[in-house]
Amino acid sequence: MSEPVHTESEAPLLSVEKLDKSFGGVHAVVNVDFKLKQGELLGIIGPNGSGKTTLVNLITGFVKPDSGAVLYRGRNITGWAPYRIAGLGIARTFQMVRPFGELPAFKNLIIPLYSPRVKKLSGGRYGDRDSVAKDLLEEVGFERDSSVTFKAAGSLPHGYLKRLELAKCLALRADLIILDELFSGLSIAELAGILPIIEKLMVEGKTIIMIEHRLRELFRIAHRVVVLNFGCVIGEGNPADVMESDEVKKAYLGTE
Amino acid sequence: MLYVAIPPLLPVIGLLVLPLVLPSYWQKVLIATSIFALLAMSWDFLSSVGMVSLGQALFFGVGAYCSGSLDHYLGLPIWITIPLGTVLGGALCTVLLLPVLRLRGIYFAMVTLVLPLMFERIVEATRILGGTEGLTGLKSFPNDWVELYVIGIVVLVALFGFRRLMSTDFGLVLKAIRDNDRSVMSGGINIYAMKAKALFIAGCTGAFCGAYMTHVYMFVGMPAFALDYSILPLASAVVGGMGTFAGSLMGAFILVPLSEALRGVGGLRTVIYALSLVVFIVALPEGIFHYVQRKYHQIERWVKVD
Repeated sequence: MSEPVHTESEAPLLSVEKLDKSFGGVHAVVNVDFKLKQGELLGIIGPNGSGKTTLVNLITGFVKPDSGAVLYRGRNITGWAPYRIAGLGIARTFQMVRPFGELPAFKNLIIPLYSPRVKKLSGGRYGDRDSVAKDLLEEVGFERDSSVTFKAAGSLPHGYLKRLELAKCLALRADLIILDELFSGLSIAELAGILPIIEKLMVEGKTIIMIEHRLRELFRIAHRVVVLNFGCVIGEGNPADVMESDEVKKAYLGTE
Repeated sequence: MLYVAIPPLLPVIGLLVLPLVLPSYWQKVLIATSIFALLAMSWDFLSSVGMVSLGQALFFGVGAYCSGSLDHYLGLPIWITIPLGTVLGGALCTVLLLPVLRLRGIYFAMVTLVLPLMFERIVEATRILGGTEGLTGLKSFPNDWVELYVIGIVVLVALFGFRRLMSTDFGLVLKAIRDNDRSVMSGGINIYAMKAKALFIAGCTGAFCGAYMTHVYMFVGMPAFALDYSILPLASAVVGGMGTFAGSLMGAFILVPLSEALRGVGGLRTVIYALSLVVFIVALPEGIFHYVQRKYHQIERWVKVD
Protein backbone atom coordinates (compact mmCIF):
# COMPACT_ATOMS: atom_id res chain seq x y z
CA MET A 1 0.00 0.00 0.00
CA SER A 2 1.46 3.31 -1.03
CA GLU A 3 1.06 6.54 0.89
CA PRO A 4 -1.13 9.24 -0.66
CA VAL A 5 0.69 11.62 -2.93
CA HIS A 6 1.44 14.81 -1.04
CA THR A 7 0.92 18.03 -2.90
CA GLU A 8 2.16 21.43 -1.80
CA SER A 9 -1.22 22.49 -0.54
CA GLU A 10 -2.24 20.52 2.50
CA ALA A 11 -5.79 21.82 2.19
CA PRO A 12 -8.26 18.97 1.77
CA LEU A 13 -9.67 18.27 -1.69
CA LEU A 14 -13.08 17.51 -0.28
CA SER A 15 -14.37 18.24 3.15
CA VAL A 16 -17.74 17.16 4.42
CA GLU A 17 -18.88 19.21 7.38
CA LYS A 18 -21.65 18.14 9.76
CA LEU A 19 -23.79 16.75 6.93
CA ASP A 20 -27.29 15.84 8.05
CA LYS A 21 -30.28 14.38 6.21
CA SER A 22 -33.60 12.88 7.27
CA PHE A 23 -36.21 11.23 5.09
CA GLY A 24 -39.40 11.65 7.09
CA GLY A 25 -38.73 9.74 10.28
CA VAL A 26 -35.55 8.07 9.06
CA HIS A 27 -32.42 9.93 10.06
CA ALA A 28 -30.29 8.66 7.17
CA VAL A 29 -27.12 10.68 7.67
CA VAL A 30 -26.29 12.17 11.07
CA ASN A 31 -23.67 14.88 11.43
CA VAL A 32 -21.14 13.20 9.18
CA ASP A 33 -17.79 14.91 9.13
CA PHE A 34 -14.67 13.92 7.23
CA LYS A 35 -11.90 15.28 5.06
CA LEU A 36 -10.23 13.90 2.00
CA LYS A 37 -6.74 14.70 0.76
CA GLN A 38 -5.65 14.82 -2.85
CA GLY A 39 -4.61 11.37 -4.04
CA GLU A 40 -6.19 9.52 -1.18
CA LEU A 41 -8.37 6.43 -1.42
CA LEU A 42 -11.08 6.53 1.20
CA GLY A 43 -13.29 3.53 1.85
CA ILE A 44 -16.75 4.07 3.27
CA ILE A 45 -18.11 0.91 4.85
CA GLY A 46 -21.00 0.00 7.05
CA PRO A 47 -23.89 -2.45 7.31
CA ASN A 48 -26.85 -2.27 4.94
CA GLY A 49 -28.97 0.84 5.36
CA SER A 50 -26.28 2.73 7.24
CA GLY A 51 -26.53 5.73 4.92
CA LYS A 52 -23.55 5.18 2.65
CA THR A 53 -25.36 5.73 -0.64
CA THR A 54 -27.27 8.68 0.81
CA LEU A 55 -23.91 10.21 1.73
CA VAL A 56 -22.77 9.84 -1.88
CA ASN A 57 -26.03 11.35 -3.10
CA LEU A 58 -25.51 14.29 -0.75
CA ILE A 59 -21.97 14.90 -1.98
CA THR A 60 -22.93 14.64 -5.65
CA GLY A 61 -26.03 16.79 -5.33
CA PHE A 62 -28.70 14.19 -6.08
CA VAL A 63 -30.11 14.77 -2.60
CA LYS A 64 -30.08 18.12 -0.82
CA PRO A 65 -28.84 18.03 2.78
CA ASP A 66 -30.95 19.35 5.67
CA SER A 67 -27.88 20.98 7.16
CA GLY A 68 -24.12 20.91 6.87
CA ALA A 69 -21.82 21.70 3.99
CA VAL A 70 -19.74 20.04 1.30
CA LEU A 71 -16.59 21.88 0.27
CA TYR A 72 -14.63 20.93 -2.83
CA ARG A 73 -11.26 22.64 -3.21
CA GLY A 74 -12.44 25.10 -0.58
CA ARG A 75 -15.57 25.96 -2.54
CA ASN A 76 -18.98 25.43 -1.02
CA ILE A 77 -20.91 23.16 -3.37
CA THR A 78 -23.77 22.30 -1.01
CA GLY A 79 -27.08 22.14 -2.81
CA TRP A 80 -25.61 22.52 -6.30
CA ALA A 81 -27.33 20.68 -9.14
CA PRO A 82 -25.75 17.28 -9.94
CA TYR A 83 -24.57 18.33 -13.40
CA ARG A 84 -22.70 21.33 -11.99
CA ILE A 85 -20.97 19.17 -9.40
CA ALA A 86 -20.05 16.67 -12.12
CA GLY A 87 -18.77 19.61 -14.14
CA LEU A 88 -16.30 20.39 -11.36
CA GLY A 89 -14.80 16.95 -11.79
CA ILE A 90 -16.62 14.83 -9.24
CA ALA A 91 -17.74 11.69 -11.03
CA ARG A 92 -19.75 8.88 -9.53
CA THR A 93 -20.96 5.43 -10.42
CA PHE A 94 -24.36 4.13 -9.49
CA GLN A 95 -24.96 1.09 -7.36
CA MET A 96 -27.70 -0.04 -9.72
CA VAL A 97 -26.02 -0.25 -13.10
CA ARG A 98 -28.46 1.07 -15.67
CA PRO A 99 -26.68 1.59 -18.98
CA PHE A 100 -28.37 2.87 -22.11
CA GLY A 101 -29.26 -0.64 -23.11
CA GLU A 102 -29.92 -0.38 -26.83
CA LEU A 103 -26.80 1.69 -27.50
CA PRO A 104 -23.48 0.00 -28.26
CA ALA A 105 -21.22 -0.03 -25.20
CA PHE A 106 -18.86 2.67 -26.48
CA LYS A 107 -21.75 4.98 -27.38
CA ASN A 108 -22.63 5.09 -23.67
CA LEU A 109 -19.50 7.16 -23.16
CA ILE A 110 -20.60 9.82 -25.63
CA ILE A 111 -22.76 11.35 -22.90
CA PRO A 112 -19.95 12.37 -20.52
CA LEU A 113 -17.77 13.18 -23.52
CA TYR A 114 -20.46 15.58 -24.75
CA SER A 115 -20.44 17.51 -21.44
CA PRO A 116 -19.21 21.12 -21.30
CA ARG A 117 -16.42 20.05 -18.93
CA VAL A 118 -14.83 17.69 -21.42
CA LYS A 119 -15.30 20.14 -24.29
CA LYS A 120 -13.51 22.80 -22.27
CA LEU A 121 -10.67 20.52 -21.15
CA SER A 122 -9.96 19.45 -24.70
CA GLY A 123 -9.48 23.09 -25.64
CA GLY A 124 -12.71 23.67 -27.48
CA ARG A 125 -11.68 21.24 -30.17
CA TYR A 126 -13.11 17.81 -29.82
CA GLY A 127 -12.43 15.38 -32.57
CA ASP A 128 -13.95 12.02 -33.00
CA ARG A 129 -15.79 11.21 -29.78
CA ASP A 130 -16.29 7.63 -30.92
CA SER A 131 -12.59 6.89 -31.05
CA VAL A 132 -11.99 8.57 -27.69
CA ALA A 133 -14.75 6.38 -26.25
CA LYS A 134 -13.18 3.22 -27.66
CA ASP A 135 -9.81 4.15 -26.18
CA LEU A 136 -11.41 4.72 -22.79
CA LEU A 137 -13.08 1.33 -22.90
CA GLU A 138 -9.76 -0.28 -23.65
CA GLU A 139 -8.35 1.46 -20.59
CA VAL A 140 -10.91 -0.23 -18.35
CA GLY A 141 -10.29 -3.62 -19.86
CA PHE A 142 -12.53 -4.00 -22.91
CA GLU A 143 -10.30 -5.96 -25.24
CA ARG A 144 -9.10 -3.94 -28.21
CA ASP A 145 -10.82 -4.85 -31.47
CA SER A 146 -13.09 -7.35 -29.76
CA SER A 147 -16.79 -7.22 -30.46
CA VAL A 148 -17.71 -6.39 -26.84
CA THR A 149 -17.16 -2.69 -27.44
CA PHE A 150 -19.80 -2.70 -30.15
CA LYS A 151 -22.35 -4.89 -28.43
CA ALA A 152 -25.54 -3.36 -27.07
CA ALA A 153 -24.82 -2.35 -23.50
CA GLY A 154 -27.97 -4.13 -22.36
CA SER A 155 -26.53 -7.49 -23.36
CA LEU A 156 -23.16 -7.10 -21.62
CA PRO A 157 -22.24 -9.29 -18.66
CA HIS A 158 -22.24 -7.70 -15.22
CA GLY A 159 -18.47 -7.38 -15.02
CA TYR A 160 -18.33 -5.35 -18.19
CA LEU A 161 -21.17 -3.11 -17.05
CA LYS A 162 -19.20 -2.23 -13.93
CA ARG A 163 -16.19 -1.41 -16.07
CA LEU A 164 -18.41 0.70 -18.30
CA GLU A 165 -19.52 2.68 -15.23
CA LEU A 166 -15.87 3.21 -14.35
CA ALA A 167 -15.14 4.32 -17.91
CA LYS A 168 -17.87 6.96 -17.62
CA CYS A 169 -15.96 8.49 -14.69
CA LEU A 170 -12.75 8.46 -16.72
CA ALA A 171 -14.51 10.02 -19.68
CA LEU A 172 -15.47 12.97 -17.53
CA ARG A 173 -11.76 13.39 -16.65
CA ALA A 174 -12.77 13.51 -13.03
CA ASP A 175 -10.36 14.37 -10.22
CA LEU A 176 -12.55 12.83 -7.54
CA ILE A 177 -14.17 9.51 -8.37
CA ILE A 178 -16.87 8.09 -6.15
CA LEU A 179 -17.48 4.38 -6.71
CA ASP A 180 -20.71 3.12 -5.20
CA GLU A 181 -20.31 -0.65 -4.64
CA LEU A 182 -18.21 -1.20 -7.71
CA PHE A 183 -17.14 -4.67 -6.54
CA SER A 184 -20.58 -6.01 -5.66
CA GLY A 185 -21.66 -8.98 -7.69
CA LEU A 186 -18.26 -9.51 -9.29
CA SER A 187 -16.50 -12.86 -9.31
CA ILE A 188 -12.97 -13.18 -7.95
CA ALA A 189 -11.67 -13.35 -11.50
CA GLU A 190 -13.50 -10.17 -12.51
CA LEU A 191 -12.23 -8.45 -9.38
CA ALA A 192 -8.68 -9.45 -10.23
CA GLY A 193 -9.17 -7.66 -13.52
CA ILE A 194 -10.67 -4.48 -12.12
CA LEU A 195 -8.35 -3.94 -9.11
CA PRO A 196 -5.30 -3.04 -11.21
CA ILE A 197 -7.36 -0.39 -12.99
CA ILE A 198 -8.14 1.29 -9.69
CA GLU A 199 -4.51 1.00 -8.61
CA LYS A 200 -3.51 2.65 -11.86
CA LEU A 201 -5.94 5.51 -11.18
CA MET A 202 -4.31 5.97 -7.78
CA VAL A 203 -0.87 6.17 -9.36
CA GLU A 204 -2.25 8.83 -11.70
CA GLY A 205 -3.09 10.89 -8.61
CA LYS A 206 -6.87 10.56 -8.71
CA THR A 207 -8.73 10.82 -5.44
CA ILE A 208 -11.19 8.01 -4.91
CA ILE A 209 -14.02 7.28 -2.51
CA MET A 210 -15.20 3.69 -2.50
CA ILE A 211 -18.42 2.50 -0.91
CA GLU A 212 -17.83 -1.18 -0.44
CA HIS A 213 -19.06 -4.37 1.13
CA ARG A 214 -16.15 -6.46 -0.13
CA LEU A 215 -13.87 -5.51 2.75
CA ARG A 216 -10.95 -7.83 2.00
CA GLU A 217 -10.43 -6.31 -1.45
CA LEU A 218 -11.08 -2.78 -0.23
CA PHE A 219 -8.55 -3.03 2.59
CA ARG A 220 -5.86 -4.05 0.13
CA ILE A 221 -6.02 -0.66 -1.57
CA ALA A 222 -7.65 1.82 0.83
CA HIS A 223 -5.53 4.35 2.72
CA ARG A 224 -8.25 5.09 5.21
CA VAL A 225 -11.78 3.96 5.94
CA VAL A 226 -14.83 5.59 7.49
CA VAL A 227 -17.36 3.29 9.12
CA LEU A 228 -21.01 4.31 9.17
CA ASN A 229 -23.81 2.82 11.21
CA PHE A 230 -27.34 4.26 11.34
CA GLY A 231 -26.01 7.36 9.61
CA CYS A 232 -23.31 8.09 12.22
CA VAL A 233 -19.57 7.80 11.81
CA ILE A 234 -18.54 5.14 14.33
CA GLY A 235 -14.96 4.66 13.27
CA GLU A 236 -12.33 6.27 11.10
CA GLY A 237 -8.71 5.55 10.34
CA ASN A 238 -6.36 2.89 9.12
CA PRO A 239 -8.27 -0.16 7.78
CA ALA A 240 -6.61 -2.63 10.12
CA ASP A 241 -7.13 -0.51 13.25
CA VAL A 242 -10.72 0.37 12.49
CA MET A 243 -11.85 -3.23 12.44
CA GLU A 244 -10.37 -3.76 15.91
CA SER A 245 -12.72 -1.17 17.41
CA ASP A 246 -15.44 -2.71 19.57
CA GLU A 247 -18.14 -0.48 18.18
CA VAL A 248 -17.36 -1.48 14.61
CA LYS A 249 -17.33 -5.15 15.52
CA LYS A 250 -20.69 -4.70 17.18
CA ALA A 251 -22.14 -2.99 14.10
CA TYR A 252 -20.94 -5.74 11.80
CA LEU A 253 -21.42 -8.82 13.98
CA GLY A 254 -24.23 -7.66 16.22
CA THR A 255 -24.33 -7.68 20.01
CA GLU A 256 -25.00 -10.61 22.25
CA MET B 1 -27.79 0.70 -54.38
CA LEU B 2 -31.45 0.91 -55.30
CA TYR B 3 -32.23 -1.06 -52.17
CA VAL B 4 -30.86 1.76 -50.03
CA ALA B 5 -32.11 4.61 -52.20
CA ILE B 6 -35.75 3.65 -52.61
CA PRO B 7 -37.06 4.22 -49.05
CA PRO B 8 -35.87 7.84 -48.72
CA LEU B 9 -36.86 8.59 -52.31
CA LEU B 10 -40.46 7.52 -51.73
CA PRO B 11 -41.53 10.51 -49.60
CA VAL B 12 -39.48 12.88 -51.77
CA ILE B 13 -41.11 11.77 -54.99
CA GLY B 14 -44.48 11.45 -53.31
CA LEU B 15 -44.54 14.97 -51.91
CA LEU B 16 -43.22 16.53 -55.10
CA VAL B 17 -45.49 14.66 -57.52
CA LEU B 18 -48.73 14.47 -55.52
CA PRO B 19 -49.60 18.19 -55.89
CA LEU B 20 -49.39 17.79 -59.68
CA VAL B 21 -51.75 14.87 -59.96
CA LEU B 22 -54.33 15.51 -57.25
CA PRO B 23 -57.66 17.28 -57.89
CA SER B 24 -58.02 20.57 -56.08
CA TYR B 25 -60.10 19.18 -53.20
CA TRP B 26 -57.48 16.54 -52.45
CA GLN B 27 -54.77 19.18 -52.69
CA LYS B 28 -56.36 20.79 -49.63
CA VAL B 29 -56.37 17.39 -47.94
CA LEU B 30 -52.68 17.06 -48.79
CA ILE B 31 -52.00 20.34 -47.01
CA ALA B 32 -53.90 19.26 -43.90
CA THR B 33 -52.13 15.90 -43.99
CA SER B 34 -48.74 17.55 -44.22
CA ILE B 35 -49.58 19.81 -41.28
CA PHE B 36 -50.54 16.83 -39.15
CA ALA B 37 -47.42 14.99 -40.29
CA LEU B 38 -45.27 17.91 -39.13
CA LEU B 39 -47.09 18.11 -35.81
CA ALA B 40 -46.69 14.35 -35.40
CA MET B 41 -42.94 14.64 -36.03
CA SER B 42 -42.75 17.42 -33.48
CA TRP B 43 -44.58 15.17 -30.99
CA ASP B 44 -42.32 12.25 -31.86
CA PHE B 45 -39.23 14.37 -31.29
CA LEU B 46 -40.41 15.52 -27.87
CA SER B 47 -41.34 11.99 -26.86
CA SER B 48 -37.89 10.74 -27.78
CA VAL B 49 -36.50 13.20 -25.23
CA GLY B 50 -38.93 11.79 -22.66
CA MET B 51 -41.37 14.67 -22.78
CA VAL B 52 -44.80 13.27 -23.55
CA SER B 53 -46.77 16.21 -24.84
CA LEU B 54 -50.51 16.49 -25.25
CA GLY B 55 -50.21 20.07 -26.42
CA GLN B 56 -49.13 20.31 -30.02
CA ALA B 57 -52.12 22.66 -30.22
CA LEU B 58 -50.18 25.05 -28.00
CA PHE B 59 -47.33 25.25 -30.51
CA PHE B 60 -49.77 25.48 -33.39
CA GLY B 61 -51.91 28.17 -31.78
CA VAL B 62 -49.03 30.31 -30.58
CA GLY B 63 -47.39 30.15 -34.00
CA ALA B 64 -50.69 30.97 -35.70
CA TYR B 65 -51.36 33.98 -33.51
CA CYS B 66 -47.75 35.18 -33.81
CA SER B 67 -47.77 35.32 -37.59
CA GLY B 68 -51.39 36.52 -37.66
CA SER B 69 -50.58 39.44 -35.38
CA LEU B 70 -47.45 40.32 -37.31
CA ASP B 71 -49.56 40.52 -40.45
CA HIS B 72 -52.58 42.25 -38.93
CA TYR B 73 -50.91 44.82 -36.70
CA LEU B 74 -47.60 45.41 -38.46
CA GLY B 75 -48.65 44.62 -42.01
CA LEU B 76 -45.53 42.58 -42.69
CA PRO B 77 -45.38 40.51 -45.88
CA ILE B 78 -46.01 36.79 -45.76
CA TRP B 79 -42.40 35.72 -46.32
CA ILE B 80 -41.46 37.56 -43.13
CA THR B 81 -44.45 36.66 -40.95
CA ILE B 82 -44.09 32.92 -41.43
CA PRO B 83 -40.39 32.57 -40.51
CA LEU B 84 -40.69 35.16 -37.75
CA GLY B 85 -43.89 33.57 -36.44
CA THR B 86 -42.12 30.20 -36.44
CA VAL B 87 -39.13 31.35 -34.40
CA LEU B 88 -41.14 33.67 -32.15
CA GLY B 89 -43.76 30.98 -31.55
CA GLY B 90 -41.11 28.39 -30.75
CA ALA B 91 -39.37 30.74 -28.35
CA LEU B 92 -42.63 31.72 -26.64
CA CYS B 93 -43.66 28.09 -26.15
CA THR B 94 -40.24 27.28 -24.74
CA VAL B 95 -40.45 30.15 -22.26
CA LEU B 96 -43.99 29.14 -21.28
CA LEU B 97 -42.94 25.56 -20.61
CA LEU B 98 -39.61 26.35 -18.92
CA PRO B 99 -41.06 26.11 -15.39
CA VAL B 100 -42.40 22.60 -16.03
CA LEU B 101 -39.28 21.12 -17.64
CA ARG B 102 -38.58 19.33 -14.38
CA LEU B 103 -41.86 17.46 -14.63
CA ARG B 104 -41.79 14.08 -16.28
CA GLY B 105 -44.27 11.75 -17.94
CA ILE B 106 -47.92 12.35 -17.22
CA TYR B 107 -47.33 15.58 -15.26
CA PHE B 108 -45.67 17.28 -18.19
CA ALA B 109 -48.47 15.98 -20.43
CA MET B 110 -51.14 17.48 -18.17
CA VAL B 111 -49.59 20.94 -18.29
CA THR B 112 -49.22 20.89 -22.06
CA LEU B 113 -52.83 19.74 -22.38
CA VAL B 114 -54.15 22.55 -20.22
CA LEU B 115 -52.16 25.46 -21.67
CA PRO B 116 -53.84 25.66 -25.12
CA LEU B 117 -57.29 25.36 -23.53
CA MET B 118 -56.33 28.16 -21.20
CA PHE B 119 -55.16 30.38 -24.05
CA GLU B 120 -58.41 29.81 -25.90
CA ARG B 121 -60.34 31.10 -22.87
CA ILE B 122 -57.96 34.02 -22.38
CA VAL B 123 -58.55 35.15 -25.96
CA GLU B 124 -62.29 34.75 -25.47
CA ALA B 125 -62.49 36.51 -22.12
CA THR B 126 -60.11 39.43 -22.66
CA ARG B 127 -61.02 39.98 -26.34
CA ILE B 128 -57.36 40.52 -27.20
CA LEU B 129 -56.10 39.59 -30.67
CA GLY B 130 -59.54 39.87 -32.18
CA GLY B 131 -61.35 37.95 -29.45
CA THR B 132 -63.89 35.39 -30.61
CA GLU B 133 -63.95 36.80 -34.14
CA GLY B 134 -60.23 36.35 -34.60
CA LEU B 135 -58.08 38.27 -37.04
CA THR B 136 -59.46 38.19 -40.57
CA GLY B 137 -58.38 39.43 -43.96
CA LEU B 138 -54.79 38.25 -43.63
CA LYS B 139 -52.57 37.90 -46.66
CA SER B 140 -52.64 34.65 -48.59
CA PHE B 141 -50.01 32.82 -50.60
CA PRO B 142 -49.50 34.18 -54.13
CA ASN B 143 -50.93 30.98 -55.67
CA ASP B 144 -51.80 27.37 -54.89
CA TRP B 145 -48.52 25.99 -56.21
CA VAL B 146 -46.42 28.04 -53.79
CA GLU B 147 -48.74 26.98 -51.00
CA LEU B 148 -48.42 23.28 -51.86
CA TYR B 149 -44.69 23.22 -52.45
CA VAL B 150 -43.75 25.28 -49.41
CA ILE B 151 -45.37 22.76 -47.08
CA GLY B 152 -44.12 19.78 -49.10
CA ILE B 153 -40.52 20.93 -48.91
CA VAL B 154 -40.76 21.79 -45.21
CA VAL B 155 -42.12 18.31 -44.46
CA LEU B 156 -39.19 16.75 -46.31
CA VAL B 157 -36.65 18.99 -44.57
CA ALA B 158 -38.21 18.18 -41.20
CA LEU B 159 -38.30 14.45 -41.91
CA PHE B 160 -34.66 14.13 -42.95
CA GLY B 161 -33.52 16.84 -40.56
CA PHE B 162 -35.02 15.16 -37.51
CA ARG B 163 -33.70 11.76 -38.54
CA ARG B 164 -30.22 13.19 -39.01
CA LEU B 165 -30.40 15.14 -35.77
CA MET B 166 -31.27 12.08 -33.72
CA SER B 167 -28.27 10.19 -35.04
CA THR B 168 -25.80 12.90 -33.98
CA ASP B 169 -24.23 13.04 -30.53
CA PHE B 170 -26.72 15.77 -29.60
CA GLY B 171 -29.59 13.42 -30.43
CA LEU B 172 -27.92 10.61 -28.56
CA VAL B 173 -27.75 12.71 -25.40
CA LEU B 174 -31.42 13.65 -25.85
CA LYS B 175 -32.43 10.00 -26.10
CA ALA B 176 -30.29 9.21 -23.06
CA ILE B 177 -32.22 11.80 -21.05
CA ARG B 178 -35.38 9.84 -21.74
CA ASP B 179 -33.81 6.55 -20.68
CA ASN B 180 -31.98 7.62 -17.52
CA ASP B 181 -31.76 11.30 -16.72
CA ARG B 182 -29.78 10.75 -13.49
CA SER B 183 -27.05 9.06 -15.39
CA VAL B 184 -26.90 11.94 -17.87
CA MET B 185 -26.72 14.46 -15.04
CA SER B 186 -23.84 12.55 -13.47
CA GLY B 187 -22.16 12.85 -16.86
CA GLY B 188 -21.97 16.59 -16.26
CA ILE B 189 -24.71 17.59 -18.68
CA ASN B 190 -27.35 20.16 -17.85
CA ILE B 191 -30.43 18.20 -18.79
CA TYR B 192 -32.75 21.17 -18.39
CA ALA B 193 -30.82 23.17 -20.97
CA MET B 194 -30.91 20.18 -23.31
CA LYS B 195 -34.65 19.76 -22.77
CA ALA B 196 -35.21 23.46 -23.43
CA LYS B 197 -33.32 23.19 -26.71
CA ALA B 198 -35.40 20.18 -27.72
CA LEU B 199 -38.54 22.05 -26.76
CA PHE B 200 -37.51 24.99 -28.93
CA ILE B 201 -36.94 22.74 -31.94
CA ALA B 202 -40.28 20.98 -31.48
CA GLY B 203 -41.99 24.30 -30.72
CA CYS B 204 -40.67 25.85 -33.93
CA THR B 205 -41.92 22.89 -35.95
CA GLY B 206 -45.37 23.23 -34.42
CA ALA B 207 -45.38 27.02 -34.68
CA PHE B 208 -44.51 26.80 -38.36
CA CYS B 209 -47.65 24.73 -38.92
CA GLY B 210 -49.70 27.41 -37.22
CA ALA B 211 -48.06 30.28 -39.05
CA TYR B 212 -48.50 28.51 -42.38
CA MET B 213 -52.15 27.62 -41.83
CA THR B 214 -52.93 31.19 -40.76
CA HIS B 215 -52.04 32.34 -44.25
CA VAL B 216 -53.79 29.43 -45.94
CA TYR B 217 -57.04 30.28 -44.15
CA MET B 218 -56.23 34.03 -44.25
CA PHE B 219 -57.63 33.96 -40.73
CA VAL B 220 -56.50 33.19 -37.22
CA GLY B 221 -58.86 32.62 -34.35
CA MET B 222 -59.65 30.44 -31.38
CA PRO B 223 -59.87 27.21 -33.43
CA ALA B 224 -56.06 27.42 -33.67
CA PHE B 225 -55.93 25.99 -30.14
CA ALA B 226 -58.33 23.14 -30.99
CA LEU B 227 -57.71 19.78 -29.38
CA ASP B 228 -57.50 18.15 -32.83
CA TYR B 229 -54.02 19.55 -33.24
CA SER B 230 -52.94 17.72 -30.09
CA ILE B 231 -54.68 14.39 -30.49
CA LEU B 232 -54.40 13.60 -34.21
CA PRO B 233 -50.61 14.02 -34.33
CA LEU B 234 -50.32 11.73 -31.32
CA ALA B 235 -52.50 9.13 -33.03
CA SER B 236 -50.47 9.47 -36.25
CA ALA B 237 -47.19 8.95 -34.44
CA VAL B 238 -48.47 5.94 -32.52
CA VAL B 239 -50.13 4.29 -35.53
CA GLY B 240 -47.13 4.99 -37.75
CA GLY B 241 -44.48 3.94 -35.23
CA MET B 242 -42.74 6.09 -32.67
CA GLY B 243 -39.15 7.27 -32.70
CA THR B 244 -38.63 7.13 -36.45
CA PHE B 245 -40.25 10.33 -37.78
CA ALA B 246 -40.93 8.43 -41.01
CA GLY B 247 -43.54 6.57 -38.98
CA SER B 248 -45.20 9.84 -37.98
CA LEU B 249 -45.30 10.87 -41.63
CA MET B 250 -46.76 7.53 -42.65
CA GLY B 251 -49.32 7.65 -39.83
CA ALA B 252 -50.54 11.10 -40.84
CA PHE B 253 -50.70 10.10 -44.51
CA ILE B 254 -52.92 7.16 -43.57
CA LEU B 255 -55.17 8.70 -40.91
CA VAL B 256 -55.99 12.11 -42.38
CA PRO B 257 -56.91 10.96 -45.93
CA LEU B 258 -58.81 8.04 -44.39
CA SER B 259 -60.86 10.48 -42.36
CA GLU B 260 -61.58 12.46 -45.54
CA ALA B 261 -62.44 9.41 -47.62
CA LEU B 262 -64.95 8.31 -45.00
CA ARG B 263 -66.93 11.53 -45.42
CA GLY B 264 -69.08 9.74 -48.00
CA VAL B 265 -70.18 7.15 -45.45
CA GLY B 266 -72.29 9.59 -43.48
CA GLY B 267 -73.30 9.16 -39.86
CA LEU B 268 -71.19 6.16 -39.07
CA ARG B 269 -67.98 7.91 -40.20
CA THR B 270 -66.55 8.40 -36.73
CA VAL B 271 -67.36 4.83 -35.73
CA ILE B 272 -65.57 3.37 -38.73
CA TYR B 273 -62.67 5.74 -38.22
CA ALA B 274 -62.35 4.76 -34.56
CA LEU B 275 -62.60 1.05 -35.41
CA SER B 276 -59.84 1.33 -38.00
CA LEU B 277 -57.67 3.07 -35.39
CA VAL B 278 -58.27 0.18 -33.00
CA VAL B 279 -57.43 -2.33 -35.73
CA PHE B 280 -54.13 -0.56 -36.45
CA ILE B 281 -53.16 -0.46 -32.80
CA VAL B 282 -54.12 -4.05 -32.08
CA ALA B 283 -52.69 -5.55 -35.27
CA LEU B 284 -49.47 -3.53 -35.37
CA PRO B 285 -48.75 -2.20 -31.90
CA GLU B 286 -45.15 -1.48 -32.89
CA GLY B 287 -46.39 0.87 -35.62
CA ILE B 288 -46.77 0.50 -39.34
CA PHE B 289 -43.35 1.89 -40.16
CA HIS B 290 -41.49 -0.56 -37.93
CA TYR B 291 -43.39 -3.42 -39.53
CA VAL B 292 -42.73 -2.25 -43.08
CA GLN B 293 -39.09 -1.60 -42.27
CA ARG B 294 -38.65 -5.12 -40.92
CA LYS B 295 -40.30 -6.66 -43.96
CA TYR B 296 -38.18 -4.52 -46.25
CA HIS B 297 -34.99 -5.60 -44.53
CA GLN B 298 -36.02 -9.19 -45.06
CA ILE B 299 -36.08 -8.64 -48.81
CA GLU B 300 -32.32 -8.16 -48.68
CA ARG B 301 -31.91 -11.79 -47.68
CA TRP B 302 -34.31 -13.16 -50.25
CA VAL B 303 -32.69 -15.91 -52.21
CA LYS B 304 -34.19 -17.56 -55.24
CA VAL B 305 -34.40 -21.31 -54.78
CA ASP B 306 -34.73 -23.23 -58.00
